Amino acid sequence: MKTTNDAHVTLTRHVQHKYIPATPAEREEMLRVVGVPSVDALFADIPAAVRLTAPLRLPPALSDPEAIAHLGELAARNAHAGAMPCFLGAGAYDHYVPSVVWALAGRGEFLTAYTPYQAEMMQGELQAGYEYQSMLCELTGMDVANASMYDGASATAEAAVMAKDLTKRDEVLISTAVHPEYRQVLSTYTRPLGIKIVEVPHRNGRTDSAAIGAAVSDRTAAVIIQHPNFFGVLEDGKGLSELAHARGSLLIAAIAEPLSLGILRPPGAWGADIVAGEGQPLGSHLNFGGPYLGMMATRQEFVRRIPGRLVGATVDTKGRRGFVLTLQTREQHIRREKASSNICTNEALLALAAAIYMASLGPQGLRKVAELNLYKAAYAREAIAGIKGFRIAFDGPTFHEFVVRTPIPPEDLNRRLRRKDILGGLPLGRFYPELADGWLVCVTEQRTREQIDRLVAALEEIR
Amino acid sequence: MSAQDFPVIFELGAPGRVGASYPDPDVPAKPLDRLLPADQLREDLPALPEVSELDVVRHYTRLSHRNFSIDEGFYPLGSCTMKYNPKLHEEVAALPGFSRLHPYTPAEDAQGALELIWGLERVLAEISGMDRITFQPAAGAHGELTGILMIRAWFDSRGERRTKVIVPDSAHGTNPATAAMAGYQVVTVKSDARGNMDVRALREAMDESVAALMLTNPNTLGLFEEHIVEVEEIVHGRGGQLYLDGANFNAVLGITRPGDQGFDVMHMNLHKTFTTPHGGGGPGAGAVGVKTHLAPFLPLPVVEKDGDRFRLDADRPRSIGKIRAFYGNFGNLVRAYAYIRSMGADGLRQVSETAVLNANYVLARLRDRFDLPYDRVCKHEFVFAGTRQKKQYGVSTRDMAKRMLDYGFHAPTIYFPLIVEEAIMIEPTETESKRTLDEFIDAMRAIDREAQENPDLVHGAPHNTPVTRLDEVRAARQPDLRWRPR
Repeated sequence: MKTTNDAHVTLTRHVQHKYIPATPAEREEMLRVVGVPSVDALFADIPAAVRLTAPLRLPPALSDPEAIAHLGELAARNAHAGAMPCFLGAGAYDHYVPSVVWALAGRGEFLTAYTPYQAEMMQGELQAGYEYQSMLCELTGMDVANASMYDGASATAEAAVMAKDLTKRDEVLISTAVHPEYRQVLSTYTRPLGIKIVEVPHRNGRTDSAAIGAAVSDRTAAVIIQHPNFFGVLEDGKGLSELAHARGSLLIAAIAEPLSLGILRPPGAWGADIVAGEGQPLGSHLNFGGPYLGMMATRQEFVRRIPGRLVGATVDTKGRRGFVLTLQTREQHIRREKASSNICTNEALLALAAAIYMASLGPQGLRKVAELNLYKAAYAREAIAGIKGFRIAFDGPTFHEFVVRTPIPPEDLNRRLRRKDILGGLPLGRFYPELADGWLVCVTEQRTREQIDRLVAALEEIR
Repeated sequence: MSAQDFPVIFELGAPGRVGASYPDPDVPAKPLDRLLPADQLREDLPALPEVSELDVVRHYTRLSHRNFSIDEGFYPLGSCTMKYNPKLHEEVAALPGFSRLHPYTPAEDAQGALELIWGLERVLAEISGMDRITFQPAAGAHGELTGILMIRAWFDSRGERRTKVIVPDSAHGTNPATAAMAGYQVVTVKSDARGNMDVRALREAMDESVAALMLTNPNTLGLFEEHIVEVEEIVHGRGGQLYLDGANFNAVLGITRPGDQGFDVMHMNLHKTFTTPHGGGGPGAGAVGVKTHLAPFLPLPVVEKDGDRFRLDADRPRSIGKIRAFYGNFGNLVRAYAYIRSMGADGLRQVSETAVLNANYVLARLRDRFDLPYDRVCKHEFVFAGTRQKKQYGVSTRDMAKRMLDYGFHAPTIYFPLIVEEAIMIEPTETESKRTLDEFIDAMRAIDREAQENPDLVHGAPHNTPVTRLDEVRAARQPDLRWRPR
């Protein structure tokens, strides 16, 4: 800690900054009204022992053109999905985002608003939240959805905590075919709460029903599966939820790719009790991993244990429909240490973007995008399976991702593809040592047949 | 829906209408049931709205007009630091090299993004006085959980089992909720007559069973904790850790550093102090800074620099693990980095000096009309009590806040902190001009007059908003959480 008295040296103002409107004359006048001789006097309550005596050592301030140039230079050093075909997925998906989505969600009226504490002047945000909740219920087949969580991984972890509270049980089974990062987050969240996490190994890329059946007991609060799972393979959601329910456990469905629900039976139709997942594919860009959109939906009877914000419809004093944040007695600002979660700020803007995205696509558009993903991935899967030395790791049905066993280490493969301006799939060895030759390939509607053919030709050349 | 209701988007649709355009498949389109088992297929399409693109544009544009934002007007929402969000930040965050970058892009192909994260860590470390910083948490409360879990892991690594976390009675609700989520029992310590945490009460509560004190400084009364040096000695003296809720960091940039005050962990709300837009309730970004002894416990991965190359390091066996997928709300890191690079050291100090000057100015010009329970020089915000208006005219703080909306301002934060009756918490921020502050002051004074002369006008407020006061009891008793055709 530094202690000297020459604090004044740091106070000399050289620049009138464009984000700070107060002029020197206005400062003087305001100081007079406050009744202090200088701004320094306003900080006299800070003990001298902890006051800075020298300016912060930061790089010099940049003007706007310099800032844009600097950031542009950093952005230019990243190989992104707009510059070359990208076959990475694994919980973050490169989908087409219609122009309307961010033209609307990016409007300052939404972008620069706070959480809607004053409902009468925040009907825009509140109603959009209600519409998002409604659409998410339609998509997932669930009764109620909240207004958003942080991301798919943390939403899944909060779902597990919710299941513990609902069942008063302390063990959670999770399939190893769930995204490894979701499992890591689950473990971080649940460890201090004394929840025992049991990982149930996948079998040939699918959750092992027999192993789940053997592991589930009357201690089990929930069974967590991902559908389609991390390997892109569809799970037997119905069978697994029956196994969970037979012992009074809940079934948590982690949905990392909600667009799959344009084709697939929704979790609400096969017995899921809580849906947690990642809403990034619904209108948000890749953004190097965030901001993303945590989705959470559940059954009506569990609504009072759901974490996070809920928007409800009501009426005003004139009988007109209006929207408010509701059932807030679940939340931290009322319940403090007894709240269902500590979540406060969430991902409201991305929920708005998701609502705009889903409304733009509508049922037909959603179906069409889902089909495009399915067809293109099926085409790529078949073509890669036909290349000598490459084989499809798991034979289960897939949506838009699949695991390939490669003849050379997938990391090397990616480096060679990169020289041909292709971003290859995800090498799985870092998460699954037994799949060191595993390569998770994702093909969304953004990939053209020409790009897929280029990938296939490159693989044929490499093998 | 009645004729006077603003429509929800479902009500605008017509069967068969579409609002997006996609190509037909350029690969063979096989029948669905040849690609997927029949029992996996959805029977009905989800009942999403069927609207045209213009329907969507009009609807959400009109909704935006039914919202209030910093771009439109003054937002003195205490504890939330609703400062101007620069447009430049939106432009740079939308660069495809950032926005279309996949999180699993190999590090050698994401050097620009990793350098930005690394650079942001360096500048925030300097600003905060902390040694290492993680950007994984998505919000302030998420940062709190990360910080408390690191403290927990640190005690575990020393074989110590502590069971309690202390929070002052003025704390944000997230603090006790976080402590509970991290498996701790919460002990509340009262505030003293000057609005500081009561040092004697802290001394009594602090023993070897306490893992941490979670403190906000300046606190939620907008007051600097005058006994911070003593508080630090008490907590560390009994082996505890000091956690700073950095929600109010905007008051002290370049003036004092939490790291120098002795805090072991702090979170910074990048969506407050470092002006990433709040988006109507997120995305935020809760950067968490720690001192060296806690660095081994940071979430995975961290960005390291080797020579002139940047890499993600996940080989950290003592880490608490992951707190969300990937690396955090990167888009907001771009914005916060752009902000700090635009401001520089002098600019950031001006931010805090001006934020504090503005708050004291508003306080000075309103203090004759509103009760001030803690009469001190404030920092970036201050808290009035609406008790005089309540007792004398029967007009509550809620009424006055609602009336504020009629004057075209967002209301201050109300009924928080909990220790102030009828609390009105005002935070002007540094980006507001004196002219705006004067208009707000005039409105507050007018409302005080109205409370006296025409209380019914204030009781019935707001009058000029898209809807009038909403029935919150009905919303909670008969929850209507999704649209259904009527």
